[in-house]
Amino acid sequence: MKNHFYQLADHAISLAAKDEVCLLGFGGETSDFCRFNNGLVRQGGTVNECGISLTLIKDNRQATCAMNLANGESDKKSISDSFDVLRNRLHHLPEDPHLLYSAEVHSTDEIHRAKLIEAAPAMDQVLSSGKGLQMVGIYASGTVARGFANSLGQRNWFERPSFNLDWSLYHSSDKAIKLSYAGYDWDNAAFMAKMDEAKNGLAVLARPAKTVQPGKYRAYLTPTALSDVLSWVCYGAGLKSWKTKTTPLMRMLDGQEKMHESVCLSEDVGNGAGPRFQEQGFIKPSKVTFVENGKLKDALVSPRSAREFRVPHNGASPNEVPESLDMAAGTLEKKDVLSKLGTGVYISNTWYLNFSDPAACKLTGMTRYASWWVEDGEIVAPLNVMRFDESIYRMLGSNLLGLTKERDFILDPSTYMGRSTSSTRLPGVLVEDFTFTL
Amino acid sequence: MTTWSELKNHFNACLPMADYASLRFTTDDMEWLSVRNDVLEPPCSVTEKGFMVTVINGGGSGYAASSDLSATGMKKAVQKALEWAEISKKFPLVDWSKVKMPESQGGYASAVERPWRDVPVEEKVGILKKANELMKISDSIGDRVGWLQQSRREAWHYTAGGNEFFQVFEHVFPYLEVHANKNGEMLRRSNGGNIAPGQGGFESVARSGCPEIARTLAEEALELLDAPNCPTGTMDILIDPSQMALQVHESIGHPIEVDRILGDERNYAGTSFVKPEMFGTYQYGSNLLNIVFDPTANNERASYAFDDEGRPGKREYLIRDGLLERGLGGTISEARCPIPGVANSRTSRWMRPPIDRIGNLNMEPGTSSLEEMIGSVEKGVMVKTNISWSIDDSRNKFQFGCEWGRLIENGKLTTLVKKPGYRGISATFWRNLKMVGGKSTLARNGLNSCGKGEPNQCIWVGHTTPWALFKDVEVFGGDK
Repeated sequence: MKNHFYQLADHAISLAAKDEVCLLGFGGETSDFCRFNNGLVRQGGTVNECGISLTLIKDNRQATCAMNLANGESDKKSISDSFDVLRNRLHHLPEDPHLLYSAEVHSTDEIHRAKLIEAAPAMDQVLSSGKGLQMVGIYASGTVARGFANSLGQRNWFERPSFNLDWSLYHSSDKAIKLSYAGYDWDNAAFMAKMDEAKNGLAVLARPAKTVQPGKYRAYLTPTALSDVLSWVCYGAGLKSWKTKTTPLMRMLDGQEKMHESVCLSEDVGNGAGPRFQEQGFIKPSKVTFVENGKLKDALVSPRSAREFRVPHNGASPNEVPESLDMAAGTLEKKDVLSKLGTGVYISNTWYLNFSDPAACKLTGMTRYASWWVEDGEIVAPLNVMRFDESIYRMLGSNLLGLTKERDFILDPSTYMGRSTSSTRLPGVLVEDFTFTL
Repeated sequence: MTTWSELKNHFNACLPMADYASLRFTTDDMEWLSVRNDVLEPPCSVTEKGFMVTVINGGGSGYAASSDLSATGMKKAVQKALEWAEISKKFPLVDWSKVKMPESQGGYASAVERPWRDVPVEEKVGILKKANELMKISDSIGDRVGWLQQSRREAWHYTAGGNEFFQVFEHVFPYLEVHANKNGEMLRRSNGGNIAPGQGGFESVARSGCPEIARTLAEEALELLDAPNCPTGTMDILIDPSQMALQVHESIGHPIEVDRILGDERNYAGTSFVKPEMFGTYQYGSNLLNIVFDPTANNERASYAFDDEGRPGKREYLIRDGLLERGLGGTISEARCPIPGVANSRTSRWMRPPIDRIGNLNMEPGTSSLEEMIGSVEKGVMVKTNISWSIDDSRNKFQFGCEWGRLIENGKLTTLVKKPGYRGISATFWRNLKMVGGKSTLARNGLNSCGKGEPNQCIWVGHTTPWALFKDVEVFGGDK
C-alpha cells in the first residue's frame, strides 16, 4: 500500500505547476469481518479497500477530491483526471481566508507489527468457545493504513495491524454480558479468560431482574459506560465550537459552571492507537489538555480554526474532536467500587445517548446489557433498562464522588467509514444522585 | 478505467463452482459544499468505487469486497469469498438450503429535473452565501451554516445465473442551520434537523425553500431565546411530519426489523420488544395507525426497483388498522423464520453486505385537518423539527427533543415554548394515537443516517407521514 501511495503521490506532484501545492491523503485497510449470532456465522467476509484524496491549492484557493484506488496503472490516470477537474474548479471558487497547511517538511514512518491469526483458526477458537451459548458479535482483524504526502516533499505513513472482537453473551431477552477483546497480538488464553469470566456472570443474570422507579440513585459507571458519555462531551472540545458558542460546554466557557476538580480530559495522541499526522500535514503534539482540574484549558485547534481565530493550532483534525481521549485516574480502587457504591446502580454499559439540553450539557440515554442493582455493596440483581437524563455538570461536577485509580484502554470498534483508529483511556466514575426518568 | 462489462468478464472468468454466486459493483459520486458564517469551506468531492462477490456453497456463505478492479483483484476476492463460505459451513446460522436467492432483471433511475452537474458551482455557492446573509440578523446569532450534499449511486448486480439489473439513485440535500445565544442559552433552528428530501436533482433545493427560508429560521431562533421552557406534564402532543418521521423510524421501523427480532443486532443496534408470534395478532397502535413499506413510492428517499439482493420492490402493509401484519425482513430473514417479509435487504456501501433495513416506511394519512386537530386539544403542545433522539435497545423507552414548540390551550395555539421534549414507551404510545392528519398534511421526508449492522452501515431511508395527535404523553422542557 505504502509504495503504491508514494508512487501516486510522486505522479501527482509531477503534474503540479510551480505555483500549485498539492496535498495527498491515503486511507486503506485489508480486514476480515465475521458477524455471528448464537455462536454461529451470520456473515463472514474480507474487505480490501484503498483510497486517496488530492487537494490542490493555488492563489489561496483550495479544492479536494477523493477516490478509491483500483491498484494499477489506471490509478495514475485517475489522479491526472482529478488534477484537471480540480484545476478547473479552482477558477470558480473564491479565495479561502482560512487556508493553512504545513509548510515545514516533517516526514514520519510508523509501521507496527502484530501477531494476528488467519480467519479460519480465529473463528474456530472464538465460536468453539461459545458452543451452545447465545454468543453474538463481530470479529474484525487486519491492517489499517494512513498516509500523507505533499508537494513540499513531506511523506508520512502509519500502518497498524490489529484485531477487535466485540461480543455479548446473552442470558435471555435483553440481559447480556458485553465483552471486548482488542489489541495487536492475539492470545487465545487471554480470550478464554474473558469468556470464562463472562460465563460466570451469566449465572448472576439468571436472577430475577430489578426494576427501579424513576428518581435519583447513587451510580457507578464503568470506563466503557463513561466512554459513551464523554464521546458527547468531546463535541465541545474544539475551538470552533467555543468561538461560535455551539459547544455544549458553553456554560463552562462563560464561567457559570465547572466540573469536579479531579476531572482532567486530554487528547493524548502519544498514547493512542492512531497516526500522529493530520490532514493538512501537521504533526500532532503528544498531549493537549482541554479540561484541567474541572476547568476548560486548551481547546483543540485545527489549522483552519487557527487561521480563522488567529491563534496557534495544535494539530487537531478538522472536526476538532479527540481521537485518543485520556481522562486522568482518580484514587478510588476498583476493588472498593461496590462497597463505596453501597446501595445503587452499577452501569456496565450505556446506549443511544443524545443531548436533551445541549446548553446545559445534559444528556439522556439508556442503561444496557448487564447493569446491576447493588445493595450494601453486593450485586443483588440485574437491572431492567432505565433511561437517564443528567447534566454533565452534576455527573462530573457537584455529584461526582470518585474516579477509579485503574483505567481501561478501549480500542474503538466502530467501522462506519472503515475500521477506526480512535481509542480512549478512562477510569470508572462513582456519582451521587444520578437521575433516572423512565 | 474498468467498466462494468470488464468487471463482469473478470467475474465470469473465475466464476466459482458454487450453489449461488453474485457480483455487485457500485460507484458513489458525492460532493459537499458548505458556507459557514459567510465563508466557503473547502469543497470536496468523493468517488467510491468497488465490488462485492457473494457465494453460497454447500451450506455456507461468504463475501469479499475490493476496490481492486483488476482480474487479479477479482480472483483474490472470489477465493476469499469461497474461504469464508467454508468457515461459515462449519458454523452455519442460516440453513442455506432453504434460501432461494432472487434472480432479477431490469432497472431503476431516480427522476431528475435538473442534474447537479449542470448547475454552475457559482450558483450553488451563491445560494449558500445568500442563506448565510439572510440569517445574519442579530448579534445574538452565533453560528450560521448552509450546505449542499449531493450523491449519485450507480449499482449493478449480476448473478451466475446470467441475470442482471442496474439502478441509479440521485439525491441533493440542502441543509440550513442557525444558532442563537444569550445569557448562557443556546438554541438551534434548522430546516428539518436530520430530515432529508426525497430523490431528485438540484430542484430539491428550491423546493426546500432554500435560501429564502433562512431568514425565517433565524427569526425563529431569536424568538425562542426569549420563550419560556416547555412545561412539564402529561398532555396531548401534536407532532409535525418531520418529527413524525423520527417517531415512525425509531419506534415502529426498527422494532419490526426481522434481523433484530432474530437476534443478529443484539451486540450493536439492539434487539426488539416485538416477538415473532406477535405478527398477525398484536395491536401495535390505535385503529388509526396504518403503516406501509413502499419502495415503489415516487422518488421517495429509499425508492428502488430491487433491493440489493435482487428482490423486486413491492408495496406492502406492515400495520393495518393498528394490527401488526408483516415484518421488515428480506429474502434471507424470511427463510429463517415464518414472518412474512419485504424487499429490504440493502447495503450502505460497496464493501458492506446487505442486511434488513427500513427502506421507505410510510404512515398513511387519516382524515383530520390540522385545524381540527388543534381545535380538539384542551391542553397540549405542538412540536416541530427533531433535535434529539434516543431509544432503548429493545426499541421501547424513547425520548425525543424538538427545536420548536407552541402550547395548545382550549383548542387554540398560544405561547411559543423552547426545548420541547417528550418521552414514552413504544408499546403504549401508538395506542394513544388520537387523530391523524389528512392528505393535505402529508410530507415526504427521509433520513440519510440510519446506523446499524456489524460491520457498521449508515444508510438512507424514506418516511412520508402526516401530522399526528397523541394523548396522555409525558412532555418536558430544558434543564433550566
